[in-house]
Amino acid sequence: MYREVILDHYKNPRGHGVIEDADAEAEGFNPLCGDEVSIYVSFADDGETIEDIKFSGRGCAISQAATSMLVDMTKGRKAKELAELPKDELLEEIGIPLTPIRLKCALLGLGVLKVALHRAKGTPLPQEWAGLDELELK
Amino acid sequence: MAVTATPKLDAQKLRADFPIFEQPIHGKPLSFLDSAASSQKPRRVLDALRSFYETSYANVHRGVYELAERATAGYEGARETVGRFLNAPSSREVVFTRNATEGINLVAYAWGLNNLGPGDVVLVTELEHHSNFVPWQYIAHRTGADFRMLPLDDQGELRLDALDETAGDGRVKVVAAGLVSNSLGTVNPVDKLAAWAHDRGAIMVCDAAQGAPHRVVDVQTLGADFVAITAHKLCGPSGVGALWGRLELLQEMEPFNLGGHMISRVRLEDTSWGEVPAKFEAGTQAIAEAVGFAAAIDYISEIGLEAIEQHEHELAAYALDRLAELPWVKTYGPPADRRAGIISFNVEDIHPHDVAQILDGEGIAIRAGHHCCQPLMTKLGVAATNRASFYLYTVTDEIDRLVDGLHKVRKILT
Repeated sequence: MYREVILDHYKNPRGHGVIEDADAEAEGFNPLCGDEVSIYVSFADDGETIEDIKFSGRGCAISQAATSMLVDMTKGRKAKELAELPKDELLEEIGIPLTPIRLKCALLGLGVLKVALHRAKGTPLPQEWAGLDELELK
Repeated sequence: MAVTATPKLDAQKLRADFPIFEQPIHGKPLSFLDSAASSQKPRRVLDALRSFYETSYANVHRGVYELAERATAGYEGARETVGRFLNAPSSREVVFTRNATEGINLVAYAWGLNNLGPGDVVLVTELEHHSNFVPWQYIAHRTGADFRMLPLDDQGELRLDALDETAGDGRVKVVAAGLVSNSLGTVNPVDKLAAWAHDRGAIMVCDAAQGAPHRVVDVQTLGADFVAITAHKLCGPSGVGALWGRLELLQEMEPFNLGGHMISRVRLEDTSWGEVPAKFEAGTQAIAEAVGFAAAIDYISEIGLEAIEQHEHELAAYALDRLAELPWVKTYGPPADRRAGIISFNVEDIHPHDVAQILDGEGIAIRAGHHCCQPLMTKLGVAATNRASFYLYTVTDEIDRLVDGLHKVRKILT
C-alpha cells in the first residue's frame, strides 16, 4: 500500500502551502481519522484556468499524498473540467487498492477542491461532495 | 485448604477457547490488541447461541407452549445472571438494552426530559466516551439545563478538586462519568464522584462498558444510581447490553421506547405502563444474545475478574516499559499502577492510520482514531492516537510484536 510514489508525495508534498488572497478556497475534514485539508486556487487572467494551486493540512499519508498528486494533476486545467473530474482519474494515479475507509482519506482533497470551485465559480457540485460541504466545511 | 490468593490466569491456554486465533491474518498469527473496541468470543458463548437457537428458540413472555417457556426461562435466567454479576439487589433492576449507549440514552431521555430544566447542571468529564457525553449534551440543550465538563489533570486523571468550581452555584442534577476511560485507561473514582453527586442532590450515571469486562463492578459499593454495560466487550455477542438502575428511580421514570410488551393496559384514550423492567423493553429483544451474554458472564466469572484485572495490569506495565524504549513514541495517560489495560500512544510525525495500516500487514490489530473522545483529543492536542488494548487472552508476545511492528512503521515512513 505504501508504494514508492505514495511515500514520495507524502514526504515531499507538491504545492504545500497557502495562497494569500486565493480566488477559491475550502477546507475539509475527515472525521474518521481526523485528516484535514485546505485547498487554495488562483486563476489565470481568463478566470478559468488554474494558475496556481496549493494545499495545507495534516493527516495520514494517504490523504496528504493523494492531495499532493491532485495538485500535480490539476495545474493548468480549467475549473469547469476539474469540477467534472471523475474520482477514478485520481484513484488510477494513486494506483493502489483502497479499503472503503481509506478511500475517504484518498478522496478528501478532491472533494475539497470541488467545493472550492463550486463556491468561487458556481460549478456543479454532485450530492456526494455537497455532504462534505454541509457537514464539515466552514 | 482454601487458597485465598488470586490465581493467575494462563492467557496462552485461554487463547485456545477462541476460534478467531486459529487463522492467520495476512499470513501472520493474529495479534489482537483492540479489545477495548470489542472483544473476541470464546467457543462456549458461540455454542450457547447455537444451542439456544437449535433447541429452545421462540419469542418470550407470550406463548404458553414448551419452546416459549424454554426461551423465556433462558432470557429471564440471563437477567438473573447479569444481576448477580453486578451484585444488584434485585434482577428486576436489570433492563436489557442494545448496548451501553442505549442504556445511557434511556436514562438521558426517560429521566432527563422530566427532571432537567433551566438553572440545572449536567456534569460530564473531559475523558468521557461520546456515549456518555453526547446524550447528556443533547438533553441538556433540549431542557435548557447547563452542560459542563469536569477537567483532567496532566496525567489524564479527573480533577476532583475542581468539582465545586465547575458546578458553581448551579443546581447539579446529573453527574455522568465512565468507570474506565476507553482512551487512556484511567480508572475513575466513581464512588467519590457519586458521594459528591448525592451531597448535591444529583443522580450519578456510570458508563461501565469499559469497566465491567475487566474488574469487579458491584453496584452496591460503586454508589452510582445507574450503571450501563454491554455484552460485546466482555466476550458476549454484539446487540445486547444492560442498564442497572435503582428500582425507585426506574419506577418513577417515564418509558423510553414504546410498543409491545411494555404496557399494562392499552385503550384508545391512553395506555398505562407495565412493571419495571418490562416498561423499558418494548418489542422483541435480542433474546438469544441475552442468553449468550449470560454465557459470557459465566465464562469470565469462572476465570475471575480479579485475575483478569491483575493480568491486564501486568500487561499494561510491560507495554509501557517496552514503549518507553522507543524515544519517538509518546504515550498518554496515568502510570501503570493507576490504569487499566489500555494504552494510547503516538509515533512521532506519523499519523495513526498509517501506523495501524502497516501493523495490520503484520497481523497486528490496533485502533487508530479519536476513540469517540473528541473533547479528550482536543485536550491532548492531537487529532487522533493509536490505541493498544488488552484482555484475558492477550500475551506479552503480542506486545513484543507490536514494538517490532512500530520499528517497521518508522522504517517505511520516515
